[in-house]
Amino acid sequence: MSLLTGVGARPVGAPGSDKAERRDRRRWLPYLLLLPGAAWLFLFFVVPTIQLGATSLYDPSGSVTAGYAMTWEFSNYPDAIAYAWPQILRSFSYAAIATVIGIVIGYPLAYAIAQKAGRWKNLLLVCVVAPMFTSFLVRTLAWKTILSDNGWLVGFLRDIGLLGDDGRLLATPAAVILGLTYNFLPFLVLPLYASLERLDYRLIEAAGDLYASPTRTFFKVTLPLSMPGLVAGTLLFFIPAVGDYINAALLGNTNTNMVGNVVNSAFLSRQEPPQGAALSFLLMAIILAIVFAYVRRSGTDEVV
Amino acid sequence: MRNRSRPPLSPEAAALLSLSRRTLMRGALASGALAVSGGALVACGTKGAQQTEASCVSEDSSGSEKTLTVSNWPQYIDVDDKDESKRPTLVAFEQKTGIAVSYTEDINDNNEFFGKVQNQLAECQPTDRDVIVLTDWMTARMIRLGWLQKLDTAKMPNFQKNLLPSLKGRPFDKNTEYAVPWQSGLAGLAYNGNVTKEIKTVDELLTRADLKGKVTALTEMRDTMGLILQSNGHNPSDFTKAQFDDAINKLQKAVDSGQIRRFTGNDYAPDLAKGDIAACIGWSGDIIQLGIEDPKVKFVAPESGAMLYSDNSSVPNKAAHKANAEAFLDYYYDPAVAAELAAYVNYICPVVGAKEEMAKTDPELAANPLIFPDDALLAKTKVFKALTEAEEREYEAAFQRVIGA
Repeated sequence: MSLLTGVGARPVGAPGSDKAERRDRRRWLPYLLLLPGAAWLFLFFVVPTIQLGATSLYDPSGSVTAGYAMTWEFSNYPDAIAYAWPQILRSFSYAAIATVIGIVIGYPLAYAIAQKAGRWKNLLLVCVVAPMFTSFLVRTLAWKTILSDNGWLVGFLRDIGLLGDDGRLLATPAAVILGLTYNFLPFLVLPLYASLERLDYRLIEAAGDLYASPTRTFFKVTLPLSMPGLVAGTLLFFIPAVGDYINAALLGNTNTNMVGNVVNSAFLSRQEPPQGAALSFLLMAIILAIVFAYVRRSGTDEVV
Repeated sequence: MRNRSRPPLSPEAAALLSLSRRTLMRGALASGALAVSGGALVACGTKGAQQTEASCVSEDSSGSEKTLTVSNWPQYIDVDDKDESKRPTLVAFEQKTGIAVSYTEDINDNNEFFGKVQNQLAECQPTDRDVIVLTDWMTARMIRLGWLQKLDTAKMPNFQKNLLPSLKGRPFDKNTEYAVPWQSGLAGLAYNGNVTKEIKTVDELLTRADLKGKVTALTEMRDTMGLILQSNGHNPSDFTKAQFDDAINKLQKAVDSGQIRRFTGNDYAPDLAKGDIAACIGWSGDIIQLGIEDPKVKFVAPESGAMLYSDNSSVPNKAAHKANAEAFLDYYYDPAVAAELAAYVNYICPVVGAKEEMAKTDPELAANPLIFPDDALLAKTKVFKALTEAEEREYEAAFQRVIGA
């Protein structure tokens, strides 16, 4: 601790040079602490990002055998959009729908755990987190069993007439959105829980004392106070959901592929790395724009 | 009280919420600067990956080093019933030759493995592997790129004598000197007899009304397209662009009509077993496994012809133990050894004479046409034509378009 603060254990009246040395150390210490993280980010984020950005501007007529020439081919971007706009749109709409469903399921859940669960709180939290101990892939494959055409869920939905006699859930958009919702829900619930847990229940009582209806209390007190958690949670949910391709690959059909599937195909199957890189960059840019807009908007008093 | 105080924000939320236009600008400028300087760094693009025998010469130190490093797919070699870490045929090889084999199951996907070794092989650097096992088309790509060493088949008498005739002189390896089939398999039709009646042709699969939405095909372009080409009466080993387009249109129709539910890798197998899909294009090895659990799951080689594929062992450039590798691969072409391996892995055994060897120990398995196909079946199977890089990209692009990516 004394290292960090630079005060404390040293005797008063130490030589001046010692003091200077301490000040010196205090100045570069934060940078030293930053070093591992910065080196990591540089090696595994900055360098690959630059590489990817460069790849997106390579001459698309190159090949693995002949190599790729850097021709600053900015037309790769419009070309990539022309090729994959249905999948790009689909990625954002599926992720948005899944996020809304996630909030509908996750908010009451987080609220119940944070405010009403009492001594069950920890157990319920473990229940939210426990599925993450198994692999993402296994969890998604498990949904194939649950949604199976001959499974009880589809049988039940057919019985009550929600699905036609030969209706199914697997290989439909519904299954993909459901998979996205399930897989990313913990990322939404945990930050929400963190901010709801800190919510002072006396504020809600006070709202009641001032004759606010429960609904009004929710919208005037609870929701605004949980906004930071909701914003962080929706972002942690939405961003990976947009880029996901496992759910579409395992639970979807040819018309539910998302942009991640196209990137995968561009790099591995079609051997068109410039297009894959351009799509990756586009995705990053669109997500960044959405996040900035969202955070700025929800960060102001208009929403809160 | 207007001056509401908020609970303290978590650092993450605070960071997110405190983004102002100024920080945004600063970030944009910084990333811009980064992109420009980074762009200068990588502005030269990438070099070609083509190698030739002259440009990449490998030394063989087998004489002094009795070691061998093999990379293969998981569950592709026999293991001891009692001790899964022991591999009987491999142990016997080590005892016989004194060559210590380091056997790793680190190939899970052709494309993924290609990505793993691409940079080394493009630069003519060692991959630290002496034997790699890859599917036909990937082996073909590596041969085309000049990344594999030519084997001295004169030193491989078993291989010369016992290789299945239909696997000799395949289109991508005309002189049979780069690729040694490890195991082969068929791509054909499969159905679950609990859910549907027998299926005999590719056309049935693509059009029969009772199968609508209960059919899958493989994401492996050569298998799916090879079967459709044959159903049109064309030869997958030798076809024209127009014939390929015909086949693609046929596939597109089946996708548009909702007949085909999905395109899959190996993951069709559990769906077929459960009956979620009634029929599919699948691989013989998987279906044998399913058939052991449920005899009503059956593999069908369509009348028009099935596709024969192999996983091939090859020696990559700069691998330092080529002679050891040749001894190793030749050992597995000894019929008795091949029979032991085939009894465990259940794929098509590419070794002539293994059937007779297996008949001594397990006559039932030896009679299985999907492990030891008879001549009638082999006569109807085809190997997909060797594609140039341009063709590969063109056909794969058309196929990926149909499967939605």
